[in-house]
Amino acid sequence: MLLDIDGLTVQLPGAARPLLADVSLRVAAGEVVGLVGESGSGKSTTAKAVLRVLPDDAAAHGRVTVAGADVLTMTGSALREHRARRVAMIHQNPRSALNPVHRVGDFLVERLLRTGDHDRRTARDRAVELLDRVGLNDPARRLRQYPHEMSGGMLQRVVIAGALAADPDLILADESTSALDVTTQAEILALLRDLGRRRETGMLFITHDLHLAAAYCDRVYVMYAGRIVEHRTGHSLFDHARHPYTRGLLDCSPELGISRPLRPIPGRPPSLADRADGCPFAARCPEAEPACETWTPRATELPDGGEAACRRLPEAAAATAGATARNNP
Amino acid sequence: MTAVPADAPAPAPTVRRVRRPVAALVATGFLALVVLAAVFAPLLAPYAPDAVDLSSSLVGTGGEHLLGTDASGQDLLSRVLYGARTSLVAPVLLLALAAVIGVSLGTLAAWRGGWIDTFVSRLTDVMYAFPGLLFVVLIIAVFGTGVTTSVLGLGLAFAPTIAKYTRSVALAERAKPYIDAYRVQGMGGARICVRHLVPNLARSIAGYLVVLFGEALMSLATLSYLGFGTQPPSSDWGLMVQEGQSAIVQGALLPALVPGTAIAAVVVAFNVAGVHLADRLGTRR
Amino acid sequence: MTTPQTPAAAQPLLVADGLRKTYHLPGKDTLVAANDVSFTLPTGGSIGIVGESGSGKTTVARMLVGLVRPDAGTVRVDGRDRTAGRRRGRGERLARAREIQMVFQDPYLSLDPRLTARQCLATSLSLHDAAGAQGRIEELLDRVGLGSREAAARPHEMSGGQQQRLAIARALAVNPRVLVLDEAVAALDVSIQSQILRLLVDIRQDTGLALVFISHDLAVVQHVTDETVVMRRGTVVEQGPTERLLTAPENAYTRALLAAVPRRGWDPAAAVRDRGAAPAGGRRSGKAQED
Repeated sequence: MLLDIDGLTVQLPGAARPLLADVSLRVAAGEVVGLVGESGSGKSTTAKAVLRVLPDDAAAHGRVTVAGADVLTMTGSALREHRARRVAMIHQNPRSALNPVHRVGDFLVERLLRTGDHDRRTARDRAVELLDRVGLNDPARRLRQYPHEMSGGMLQRVVIAGALAADPDLILADESTSALDVTTQAEILALLRDLGRRRETGMLFITHDLHLAAAYCDRVYVMYAGRIVEHRTGHSLFDHARHPYTRGLLDCSPELGISRPLRPIPGRPPSLADRADGCPFAARCPEAEPACETWTPRATELPDGGEAACRRLPEAAAATAGATARNNP
Repeated sequence: MTAVPADAPAPAPTVRRVRRPVAALVATGFLALVVLAAVFAPLLAPYAPDAVDLSSSLVGTGGEHLLGTDASGQDLLSRVLYGARTSLVAPVLLLALAAVIGVSLGTLAAWRGGWIDTFVSRLTDVMYAFPGLLFVVLIIAVFGTGVTTSVLGLGLAFAPTIAKYTRSVALAERAKPYIDAYRVQGMGGARICVRHLVPNLARSIAGYLVVLFGEALMSLATLSYLGFGTQPPSSDWGLMVQEGQSAIVQGALLPALVPGTAIAAVVVAFNVAGVHLADRLGTRR
Repeated sequence: MTTPQTPAAAQPLLVADGLRKTYHLPGKDTLVAANDVSFTLPTGGSIGIVGESGSGKTTVARMLVGLVRPDAGTVRVDGRDRTAGRRRGRGERLARAREIQMVFQDPYLSLDPRLTARQCLATSLSLHDAAGAQGRIEELLDRVGLGSREAAARPHEMSGGQQQRLAIARALAVNPRVLVLDEAVAALDVSIQSQILRLLVDIRQDTGLALVFISHDLAVVQHVTDETVVMRRGTVVEQGPTERLLTAPENAYTRALLAAVPRRGWDPAAAVRDRGAAPAGGRRSGKAQED
């Protein structure tokens, strides 16, 4: 497994609930895995944990491994190597990733030099090659351009070229197409998928857009209040979602070409100041029972291969009953 | 400076953990003491500030005169305490005048744009290039010396700086959609500026004024020192430095050193506290 | 979705006729933000303006509410000329405000940070000399679903959804006949976005408020509008009933836009391929060919 997060819990001092609670997630080589959630759900924190750029005062438990190497215990040169070569991050806004007074070429050459495999001359040639690979025409001229001379879509291609510079095993795409127009988004998504296929790169695709994740990703994890509430294949999400939150999200997102009344989820997502001892979604859940408020969520495997963390699932009830029966012979 | 409320209980437990701004706290505490000293000068001062005693001229520090005396035998401690009054009140008046003119001009320039903006910008550019003190000296040459003239003159000289600052923050504030929302609601420009735009700039302008206070005090002291500002027998610090200057030749440093130190300490304290305050006010919201 | 068929004979409430706006950029460049944009909105109707960044949809919105003066063209409400431009007296300004209101994209920045929800509404009501303001404030808060706790809160103490509810309440305070929403749900979380959309649909049904809904999100537009205008680089490329436009688009650019929306069985590579002859959207296409 390329990326393996196992039981990751991240707690900030003074916060009523953890940033991440018992998060387990896997990405295989060549796979595109979606991580969906609303703001504050912990999706970006998960990506930060993979790069180990969590806040200084955060306490992290659990395990994060990338290609077998334990990220949370890495130090010094191993951590630098990890961040520079193994994992690359693509952020939402390409303009903030690029220095406006430096040429696009400087950005790429600097990235390449940092990998340690190039001198200035070979780095330049490689930069041209990278820009060509991400579909920018006349790459030699692009190297001499400044960020303000390019459109958002072109800049995101440059950032992707920078991410590919070190030939990473894993790409973390954090809302990396959310600021783009839909037509440009489609181009960038097609490019990312193509690159991933060719180089067997794994990608963790973080987005707030459930439809986008379901349509684009091989597998999707849905997060709510720092927990993974559901996990299944992308194409099964539209019709076979099981967790009430996932279904609520689907019911409240307008879908193109399908006219049905929107059914909003009442209330709002909990903040870090809101305590949640049981299921964090219970307060907004149409199916919640009093017992849900004390039930610690835990993923239940479903017959169709997915997983969901809901007490009301028949499978969860059966698993609990089974466990109780075994404990009390 | 032991009364700095460094170990006083924090007013409210803040979620963000901020490093204690020790320097700013010390500076603020010191300024509080200076203000108290100015207010209670009649109670604190051992002598009247203008009590001439030629028999104890240029006495050094000692039990009779804590900080010594000047050439006329006036007690320096008493004079510095009383002097704090004019030295602190005059800059406040000056800044109040400058703020009224500067904020009005800056807001007008940012709001109306066009030729008004060009005019205000050119005016401030000219005032920037032209030494403020020289400008004031010209005014004094025309209208005569005195505190009122120096306060008015310096007020006019400071106004462009404030106008320029106000213009820049007002331009940013004006671009926010709540201003557009009130325009769409049919609110007139003057009412938007007075009721919504300027009140929302108040915090950052206040922070800026505190930073300017030190400069204002310094400029007034300079004018007094040059003999254009407050006139004897006032105990204004700038004037005291000028009066004490001649004593240096006779080997007595205190008459110039005591008011000079007071000026320097207050100016530095205002800058330290002001920069901290400006940061706080600027980052909030 | 609610699609009340408006009678064909209905007198148009809002008419945008030949709106044109050119911005002069630094240097000699000019940007044609809107070029001959025309549409009509019947009483109680709902029209969507969709387009990608740089399509000019926000410029059109700002011309409608009088924030931007068009170089040419007129905006008429109920037959009265409401085009921005010449200086107006207080009476006319207020009369215009009671006809057309706007809700902005960033809910936080569209509220005065110093005012509580109640003060915010009181300001708008007193501006329009509304009698019985206190009862009206409670009525408005109730209408948009804000409770007594939010009524005393300042914007920074509210969530994004609550801020946008307050912005809507402020617009409703003057009893407008048209509400222009410029990407009003784009900055909100999905679950909150649907609450606001639902609120708008409800208000429209209850009060007959007409909507101009500006968005880049076709799925959202489909849910709240009867008619849709598709803009690209300042020009209207297609307009018609939303239902028809989304199922049988006639323009190649509209088709490309629709193909790029993620949905069941969607493949981004196919969406890019399908676009084929249709050039990419946005104003950059003059700058460089990307593919």
